[in-house]
Formats: sequence, structure tokens, C-alpha cells
Amino acid sequence: MKNNKSEETKDLQTLMDKVPDHLFIKCPVCEENFYNKKLGEYKLCPNCGYGFRLGAQERINLTVDEFTPIDSEISAPKRFLGDEKYAGKLEKSKKATDLNESVQTGFAKIGDTEFALGVMDSRFIMGSLGTATGEKLARLFEQATERNLPVVVFSCSGGARMQEGIHSLMQMAKVSQAVSDHAEKGLLYISVLTDPTTGGVTASYAMEGDINISEPHTLIGFAGRRVIEKTIQQRPPKDFQRAETLLKNGFLDAIVKRDQMKSVLAKLLAWN
Amino acid sequence: MVKAYDRVLAARSADKISIQDLVAGITDDFMELHGDRAYSDDPAVYAGIGTIAGQSVTITSIQKGNDTDENIERHFGSAEPSGYRKALRLMKQAEKFNRPIINLINTPGAYPGMDAEYKGQGYMIAQSIMQGLKLKVPYISVIVGEGGSGGALALAVGDTVWALEDSIYSVLSPEGYATILWKDSSKAAEAAEQMQLTPKELLDNEIIDKIIPEVKDAKSMQNFKEALIEKINELNKLPKEELLAQRHERYRKFN
Repeated sequence: MKNNKSEETKDLQTLMDKVPDHLFIKCPVCEENFYNKKLGEYKLCPNCGYGFRLGAQERINLTVDEFTPIDSEISAPKRFLGDEKYAGKLEKSKKATDLNESVQTGFAKIGDTEFALGVMDSRFIMGSLGTATGEKLARLFEQATERNLPVVVFSCSGGARMQEGIHSLMQMAKVSQAVSDHAEKGLLYISVLTDPTTGGVTASYAMEGDINISEPHTLIGFAGRRVIEKTIQQRPPKDFQRAETLLKNGFLDAIVKRDQMKSVLAKLLAWN
Repeated sequence: MVKAYDRVLAARSADKISIQDLVAGITDDFMELHGDRAYSDDPAVYAGIGTIAGQSVTITSIQKGNDTDENIERHFGSAEPSGYRKALRLMKQAEKFNRPIINLINTPGAYPGMDAEYKGQGYMIAQSIMQGLKLKVPYISVIVGEGGSGGALALAVGDTVWALEDSIYSVLSPEGYATILWKDSSKAAEAAEQMQLTPKELLDNEIIDKIIPEVKDAKSMQNFKEALIEKINELNKLPKEELLAQRHERYRKFN
């Protein structure tokens, strides 16, 4: 009997080994397994609507009609590259994303409406806020201010970039200043917080929009979950730091499903 | 040479002058003002109005406790969203009455609690930074002990940032840095060496503008007070546009 059972298990394992891994996908939010073709072009979980993480270019392709990048060559200042481990990480990220920093910036159009667009890429050292990330964003807001254009920024970030230390922290002030200058000219800034937006990015430009919107089940927070668990010695509930909770508590204007994002942005840009 | 981690320990030392003693020492008179006008009063943020050499100033600060009870109440010097809202409220009030702002900072970082997240810790820090940068009055910040991350930056976006001799200012604690980069919090001393968090390194990197000799007696207190008076007088003379232009340049140059 015992032998039979283990034979059976073995057969099942052999069969399972023949199913390629990427055919089925598990949603990290609702944990539902589904056939990968159901993900669709917007990469949405068919069960709960969670949007799987997108690279910056993918996001741009899905959201706007035209895009012209600026400052693409800007990357981490040379003074940080003495740290070999960090330099290696940067190289790896550059290859993986085809970007020189964790944000792509430029000018975009939806229909005839032109605006400045920044899109962060979580594959680039967790979308962390490096000095060059801050520089690209500051320039984006500055150019938009000069050209009287609205700004849309899709944030996704693990927060400040540890490897650049205090210089990373200063980017929060530098970008916030550019956001504020843009606002003083009466121009619109829409911040879209995408999964995940945390740490110093949440504590600066991601929470400085005239309109702050997000996607279903997006993780948004300041402190990391593990740090909080260690501090309060208890486990926060499942919906902790999720977009729905922030909406309920008054920190988001709306949650927009990814396949509606383009039309919602078009509307908001037109009304301002 | 003092090792970086010794500086970390000195910045955290229980012998460090308390924020309230510091405020009492630099002001001729001071009155604490409470409340965020939304839902709470965070005891980690000590703030109010006082006079220094006849000049009214608004002081906001983040303070640790002097004993266990105070430390629990003040989350060991970690402010909640309510604390940042109170500080911002009083800084805006300072702007209304054309009073210089002095911010004294001793915090390991903003409080990482569940309720703090529910009440918008990230949002309040962001607003303190964005609105703070634009306040049309002289704005001086002093890192007194620990200057921990965004929680410290929220009150340090003015015209000049100083640090006491035994202080640190960093993107996160050396323990946190070691955990994230090397998955080993016991390597904090090694992390401290790398992080450039000592006053001397901060000055070299133009993150701060001045190192203040540690305040530990009447003479060093007087020295600190005189430095403040001199800076306030200097900033008061600048036309508002010039004040804001210089401040703008201070933060724009971090590239």
C-alpha cells in the first residue's frame, strides 16, 4: 500500500514537471492561480483586479499615445561608483530595464493633450530614489513649469536608495521643491501611486499631487511592514497599507483599474 | 580619531541635553503650544513661541524622553502624523506673523506604527517638506542628537541646517542600513563608517552648514544662542525673494 502511494505521487510529480512554470500564474494579492493568457495586455488578475508590476516602457505603451523621452542619459553620479557592489547592481538594472535610472521621464500625449510624464520602474534597484532619479524628476517638473504643462508621475519605489545614503534623502527635498514651484504656477500634478510605493517616495512627491490616485490593491506606505511588526510586536491585517485602506482613510482621491487609467487621465487633464 | 559609531552612540546618549533644556537655555521666555487641530497632540513634538534676545521666534522640535515613561509616551522621539501636522501648523503661523523658525531635531525617525500609517505618516512628512521649503520667514534647523531619515528631513528644509558636535544625520539608522544591505544588524558599526553620517562628513558634503560645539554647560549654551541670534539677524536682513532664492539653490544643488 505504502509503496503504491509513493508511486502515485511520483507519477503526479512527473506529470507536473511537464507543465511549464510560466503557464500558470499566482496572484500575489488574492493568491488565485490562473492560466497566464487570462492576464491580458493590462496584466490584471482576473479574480481581484490587481495589476501585476509593469516596466516603465510597458506602462508608457499602455497609457499614452505618444512619448518622447528626455534626459535618458542621466545616471548615478560617478562619485558613488567606487562601491563595486553598487556599481554592479546599477549595471544589472540597466541591462534588465534598458534605462539608465529608476525613472523614465519625457513628454507625452493622450489624444491632443500634451503633458510631462515620469514613470518609475521597480526592476531598477527596487525603483529606489537615487540622486539621478531625483535629478530627472526635478528637471521634468522644471521643464513642465517652463512650458506650462501638467505633470503625471507613476511612482513605484522601495524608497530612498540606501547605497547613496543621505544624498538620496536630499532628493526628497529637491523634487518636492520642483513640485511646489510647478504648483505655484497654477499647474496640475497628478500622482499615480503604483505597486509598491513606499518610504521616502511616499513621504515626498508621490503624496504631493493635486490628485493622488492608485490602482487596486497597491501597496502604499511609509514604514516597512517588518519594521512595524518589530516595533509593535503584532501583525497588521491583510489590507494594511493597501490602496483600499488609504482611500477609506482619506489619502487617495480614487482607485482606478489599469484598463481605465488612460481615459481617467485624459478626463482629469482636460478638466484642469 | 573618533570612530563613526562612537558618534552614533554619543548622539543617542542619555547624557545628551534634552530638547526642553535646550529651549529653556536659548530663549528668554517660552510657551509651549499644543495640538494639531485635527485629532491629537503628539508629545514627541515640543513646540511653541518664545523670545531670543527680544526677537519672537517659533520653535518646533522632536524630543526623546528623559525616563522610560516619557520615552514610551514620545515613542523614543518618533513623531506621528499628528506631530508633523502640529509642527507644520505652527510653522505656517510663524510665517503669518513674520517670526523666524527654529527647529530642533532629535529623532531616530518617524514612528513606524500601524496607526501612524493609517493617519498618513508619508503624506504629512511630504507636506511638511513641500510647504516648509516655501515658508517666507527665516528657517533654521539644528540636528541635536539623531537626525533619522524622512522624519528628520520633515523639519529640516530651511535656510540653514546645523548639527551639534555629537549628532548624526542619515537616510536610516546604521542598524537598518546593515540589515537592508548585508542582512545583519550587528554590522552597525561598519555601516556607520560607510554612511557619512557624522557632522564633519555632513559638512564636507554640504548637507549641513555648520557644526555647533556640543551644548553641555552655560558657556556652550551661550555660544549656541549667540550663533542663532547672529544667523537670525543675517537672514532677517534679506529681502523675502532673496531668502527664498538662496534656499531654493541650497536644495537644488544636490545632484
